[in-house]
Amino acid sequence: MTEKRRQLVLGYLFISPWLIGLCVFIVYPLIYNFYLGFTVYNGFVPPEWIGLANYVRMFTGDSVFWQACWNTIYYTVLACIVGIPFTILMALAMKVEMKETPIVRAILVIPSVLPIFALSLVFVWLLNPRFGLVNYFLSFFGIPGVDWLGSPQWSKFSLVLLAQLGAGQVALIYLAAMQGISEELYDAARIDGANAWTRFWSITMPLITPVLQYQLIVGIGLGLSVFTQAYVMTDGGPQDSTLFYALYLYRQVFSYSDYGYGAAMATVLFIVSLLLAVLVFRASRKRVFYEAIG
Amino acid sequence: MSVTVNETSVAGRAAAPLRNPRPFKWQRLLARIVLYALCALFVLPIYSMVTSGLKTPAELGSFPPTLFPHTLAWGNFDAATSFIPFWKYFGNTVDVALFSTLGAVVSSFVVAYGFARFNFPGRDFFFYSVLGSIFLAGFPVLTLIPLFDMFTRLGWLNTFLPLIVPSWFGNAFYIYLLRQFLLRLPPELMEAARIDGAGELRVLWSIVLPLSIPAVAVVAVFALFNSWNDFLGPLVYLQDESKYTLAIGLSLYKSTHDAQWHLMNMASTLVVLPEIVLFLIFQRAFLSGIAAGAVK
Repeated sequence: MTEKRRQLVLGYLFISPWLIGLCVFIVYPLIYNFYLGFTVYNGFVPPEWIGLANYVRMFTGDSVFWQACWNTIYYTVLACIVGIPFTILMALAMKVEMKETPIVRAILVIPSVLPIFALSLVFVWLLNPRFGLVNYFLSFFGIPGVDWLGSPQWSKFSLVLLAQLGAGQVALIYLAAMQGISEELYDAARIDGANAWTRFWSITMPLITPVLQYQLIVGIGLGLSVFTQAYVMTDGGPQDSTLFYALYLYRQVFSYSDYGYGAAMATVLFIVSLLLAVLVFRASRKRVFYEAIG
Repeated sequence: MSVTVNETSVAGRAAAPLRNPRPFKWQRLLARIVLYALCALFVLPIYSMVTSGLKTPAELGSFPPTLFPHTLAWGNFDAATSFIPFWKYFGNTVDVALFSTLGAVVSSFVVAYGFARFNFPGRDFFFYSVLGSIFLAGFPVLTLIPLFDMFTRLGWLNTFLPLIVPSWFGNAFYIYLLRQFLLRLPPELMEAARIDGAGELRVLWSIVLPLSIPAVAVVAVFALFNSWNDFLGPLVYLQDESKYTLAIGLSLYKSTHDAQWHLMNMASTLVVLPEIVLFLIFQRAFLSGIAAGAVK
């Protein structure tokens, strides 16, 4: 066996688990899902081709679908608007070296590795309008408590608050990027009389844009596929205010046995998320600095 | 060149505190306050979970809420673990987690080795498929319906197979992490062993694996937590109550007429306690894995 042939045979042999998995668990399901979107199917009777009927119904005859889209976009945008500054602030604070730094980092990262379903259950109790600690603490400052999960105005914001518990991991990534920035840049800026605010905006921010892009992509992904929190905490309520896309899709199968319509929803989500990812990469191509100076 | 750079930096560092000493200290103080406030916020949910799990129902339902239980209701432990078949679900969760972690580590390692070690046509194309799948992995609902249909037809509903088997075919993110690690190992080591007549699997097992323990540990810990924290998988595939994992079992405390909040908090504590302990033991692996994830 020649060396070239050996490399070929062994290479494919070693990556064969991935190739099989790729076909069986990713490519085939995506294709089959695309097909199911054009059918009516309940899981028992074989799928029956109905053309574009699912899509027509989705876009013209299903107000709950649009409600789910609106909820999901609202949540995703709010989670990014709140999450990005919050995470950067956390990273800036983490940057200061103190003797308790290791404990602080552990405390800030631990919630992000814990299961969402458990944190959700805890949050339901914390946000309880009568017995919860959050409203109790707010009352110290004279702030009237709200019915966090029980009112449509606050329910999405409550879930955004919960999502911030995951900030620790991304903050660590920002921190690594910040620590990669050469001190000389800051020193030079100081000599030129730049204050902390200017230094942050003209040195730190431009050099952490790759992480910003990463967080944006991850944030969009997490936002568009948000499920567990809504399932555990509110079950889509109140008044469908937390009925997110993924939850509505889940219900198509497990509540309404409408696989075809759910598959059509998944196809739409697939296309939208792909477009968004491309858009973020495109938009940030000019603005992202990939190489830290130093 | 580097000498001049160093000189300016030394000069700059020496000059800066002289010019502007005060704002720097203010920043430190501010950062400290922010950090303490954040820590308080981040400890609160866990603190609330642990203390609520040790309160009596009467105390939990009293206003104003108590910061610390008046009487530590240790009886909640027995009550919580017998209200639902807690240890049965714990065992189920451990079974799923161990087998899927083992599968994820073994298969991702083998595949990563294939990508890192061999040169063959199509390699880069398939490696792009790995990178693309990292993105897709964030959207489990995209393939939910076809996979549910497939596993139903295979008769795998109410078994752990749908939660374990897919992880034996490599996880995109772990393959990526391990490949990056393997590329940094000196290739001479493996060449030498091969010339000595060792087969490729033997090289993998007795030379590459021992050198890769740090990276493998990162992946193992990630895979374990991933499985332990999974909610959608068990929710979809395990409908028979005897097969539940803790992720699904916890909701049973709430499904009766009046929710057993004290027991649910106690049970949640028991669910996350092993994770907190593991995190503290493997803290370094975690932190390096998270940092590596950023290089995507």
